[in-house]
Amino acid sequence: MKVPIKLTVNGRSHESEVEARTLLVHYLRDDLGLTGTKIGCDTSQCGACVVRMNGATLKSCTCLAVQADGAEVTTIEGLAQDGNLHPVQEAFWDNHGLQCGYCTAGMIMTITELLDRNPNPSAEEVRAGLEGNICRCTGYHNIVKAALAAAEAIRSS
Amino acid sequence: MTTRLFGSGIRRREDPRLITGQASYTDDIKLAGLVHAAILRSPHGHARITGIDTSAAAAAPGVIAVYTGADTEGVLNPMPCAWVIPDSDVKAVAYPPIAKDVVRYVGDAVAVVVAEDRYQAEDALELINVDYEPLPTVINPEAAMQEGAPQLHEDAPNNQAFHWVAAGGDTDDAFANADVVVRDTIIQQKLIPNPMEPRSAIASFVPSMGELTIWNTTQNPHIARFVTCLVTGLPEHKIRVIAPEVGGGFGAKIAVYAWDMVTAFCAMKLGRPVKWTETRSENFVSTTHGRDHVEYVEMAADSNGRVSGVRSVVYAGMGAYLSTAAPGIPTILHGLMYSGPYDIANIKADIYGVFTNSTPVEAYRGAGRPEATFLLERLMDLVAAEVGKDPVEVRRMNLIPKFENGHDVAIGLTYDSGDYEGVLNVALEHVNYDQLRHDQAHARSTNHGHGPLTGIGVSCYCEICGLGPSQVAGAVGFGGGLWESATVRFYATGKVNVFIGTSPHGQGEETTFAQIMSEELGVPVDDVEVIHGDTDTTPMGWGTYGSRTTVVGGGALALSARKIKEKAITLAAHLLEAAEADIEYEDGNFFVRGAPDNGKSIQEIALMANVAWNMPEGMEPGLEATTFYDPPNFSYPFGAHVAVVNVDPDNGHIVLERYVAVDDCGPQINPMIVEGQVHGGVVQGAGQALWEGAVYDDNGQLLTGSMLDYALPRAHLVPDIETLSTVTPSPHNPLGVKGIGETGTIASTVTIYNAVIDALRPLGVTRLEMPLTPERVWRAIQEAGGNRHDHGDGHGHSHDHGH
Repeated sequence: MKVPIKLTVNGRSHESEVEARTLLVHYLRDDLGLTGTKIGCDTSQCGACVVRMNGATLKSCTCLAVQADGAEVTTIEGLAQDGNLHPVQEAFWDNHGLQCGYCTAGMIMTITELLDRNPNPSAEEVRAGLEGNICRCTGYHNIVKAALAAAEAIRSS
Repeated sequence: MTTRLFGSGIRRREDPRLITGQASYTDDIKLAGLVHAAILRSPHGHARITGIDTSAAAAAPGVIAVYTGADTEGVLNPMPCAWVIPDSDVKAVAYPPIAKDVVRYVGDAVAVVVAEDRYQAEDALELINVDYEPLPTVINPEAAMQEGAPQLHEDAPNNQAFHWVAAGGDTDDAFANADVVVRDTIIQQKLIPNPMEPRSAIASFVPSMGELTIWNTTQNPHIARFVTCLVTGLPEHKIRVIAPEVGGGFGAKIAVYAWDMVTAFCAMKLGRPVKWTETRSENFVSTTHGRDHVEYVEMAADSNGRVSGVRSVVYAGMGAYLSTAAPGIPTILHGLMYSGPYDIANIKADIYGVFTNSTPVEAYRGAGRPEATFLLERLMDLVAAEVGKDPVEVRRMNLIPKFENGHDVAIGLTYDSGDYEGVLNVALEHVNYDQLRHDQAHARSTNHGHGPLTGIGVSCYCEICGLGPSQVAGAVGFGGGLWESATVRFYATGKVNVFIGTSPHGQGEETTFAQIMSEELGVPVDDVEVIHGDTDTTPMGWGTYGSRTTVVGGGALALSARKIKEKAITLAAHLLEAAEADIEYEDGNFFVRGAPDNGKSIQEIALMANVAWNMPEGMEPGLEATTFYDPPNFSYPFGAHVAVVNVDPDNGHIVLERYVAVDDCGPQINPMIVEGQVHGGVVQGAGQALWEGAVYDDNGQLLTGSMLDYALPRAHLVPDIETLSTVTPSPHNPLGVKGIGETGTIASTVTIYNAVIDALRPLGVTRLEMPLTPERVWRAIQEAGGNRHDHGDGHGHSHDHGH
């Protein structure tokens, strides 16, 4: 059964018909072609699929596309503005906050929200805030460093 | 160019596409007419298939085809094992891509459904009816070799996959005449690598041309092509394998997988491109695992702690079949490394490879060397406790003295260069070791076993990586070469493409390689583009594993650049109307000695070589060079690591307070990338020590089958990693570099383990099994209660094992 949905993704409005069981992450990747959002697990553990919905972080593998009806969704593709990287993206680049890059979209989206809530976090607060995101490459060291650098960049801008 | 980029931690050129979501991993790729495969997997650890009915699945909405082992048999050849070690009776048992008569582990493939979309394919899997007659299972590799154990393969009696022995010196004599013998049983638990990108393959076949293209999450596309040729029967030149962006591997993407071959089979049958991507739950059972040793190990020493011998009997689980490189891991990459950084005259490794009803085992970060380092460092601590010395003191007296150009160890390897005491001193000084011990003693004297107990672990390691040379690969039964090739191509505009056969997948070598080019020929780093991961566009390479890409691939690249420099000197001499001997080179400028301002830049040389208007007599046009580089030796990075833990004796909870890694990988091309490799490696090793482990029940069910149940390291569980380094160049490759991708994992597991034991020793706890969960620690403390003593390691754990 197809269900009509209407939502805004990265500032653009979309009207689609989706199977009721379609996961938001599949809708983003397969229907809208926004493959920057990754699928790393099937138990909502890894956080590779984190997007922001109405400002909050959301594991898009745990949400039906129909639940996003009427929502505003931001994915990694929507973060840079006018060709300028978001400060969190820039900080990941500067601080070697990624290696294989597969967890990176989820990490960056999570950190943008974390910094919205807490513009001046401690390293411990960053680590606690990343509890729902798994990285297998970096040992988290440079991700934490990047988050703290981004916080400082945003505060001083 | 005035700023040297070699040795500079410049930002990675890979990152812009990765931080914006613009990178394409295999599952991100869409092709016209693409259809989707899903694989039905055995729910049984061991069972006979007595019937299979696919009719309902075949009739389900969207389903295009359903295939079983009966369809693939005779069309796809069995999966080959590519590392058949000589003189070790390797049983390369038949490994059908889809099981037909017997399933041998939970996850063994039974059928494949191809449908218009993935949801429909998954739905149809549930409509396949398979009748199983369950058979008894065995999971523990030692138990699998006992009489009466369930048998997996008719042609592998006692489940023995191979038996390999390596020895140097006379261990019987060393142990018979030792003042001190310590021993332990070490369980290297089975680990599940979990790269964040699950495995995926897209196969596309053009029937009219007989051409097969596979996009594949692999660490070694050229090997994947070679094996695809063996399994499908298609000629190698008609197969193209592309490794797009690859989301980590850690060894789990070395093997060429049956499921990729099944995907190719579907594409060839249907004439439509087919995508298969595993779910994470599927990954847990179908993508290769690591480690899985039961080890009986012992060390002989004199009463001062000077070590004279080490030996082992190891049962190394292989899982149900031999994965691509599996037999080489507990043998060549493990048993040959029992000397580590130490001078040990008598060594023996006695290794059994064993089939079990579990997911096949392959390389997992470190692959054999973490296990070797673990047993050495564990035994060193036991010797220290036995002779009543500080663990550092015992290590120091056994270290091989500094050497710069080759050192032979008893088991037959020649290490390249090392300064093991130097690196240990840096580590001890950085942590202020004496102060740490002083503080620990003070705390112990005041808290009487209450409150957090501090433990300190110190490890020294030396590992073998940078795999080649090929002659050795051949001698030890590796089914291929271990050289690398690289082509450097200058265009008329002075821009450069590097085409390289290795296939990095997160290690940042697009950046590292560009830095090498910049160093060798003075081109701006942004003028270099590095192409890898496509068998049609890159020269042959044997892949990225065994920390070999920068060492061997980088070596090939440096030599190609040097060939270009030679040609450029000849061409510059011609253009400057000077003798070649008078041409000097500096920072991309070729000039007559004493006249640097009137030289020819590498870009001007490239222009002239490409247009070829004015070339020396007999010189070919173009500025391009290819090198096939076969290293004369392995590389042997080394280091010393220190862990500080606090253990809460009331609940067994461990906090990793501090981790210090001092590593020597020779000259660092990009220190930022080097540090990143160490951070990640250390935390993966910490995962084995503290949290990770595959747990099976008696029926062969994987109980830790998801990220809910298998505990991967998370950000809040680990500290910042303190990294330091020393620089001891290798004399055996053009850049003097050594691998750094695995050292963190090789050292950290045992360093943390030893720190925990160090914390608990006053409570009488002298051994634990990994992972060191709070429950295990707490139980061990309870069991040792009332039996507190200050030594005794190694006693009470001896095993009658017929050494």
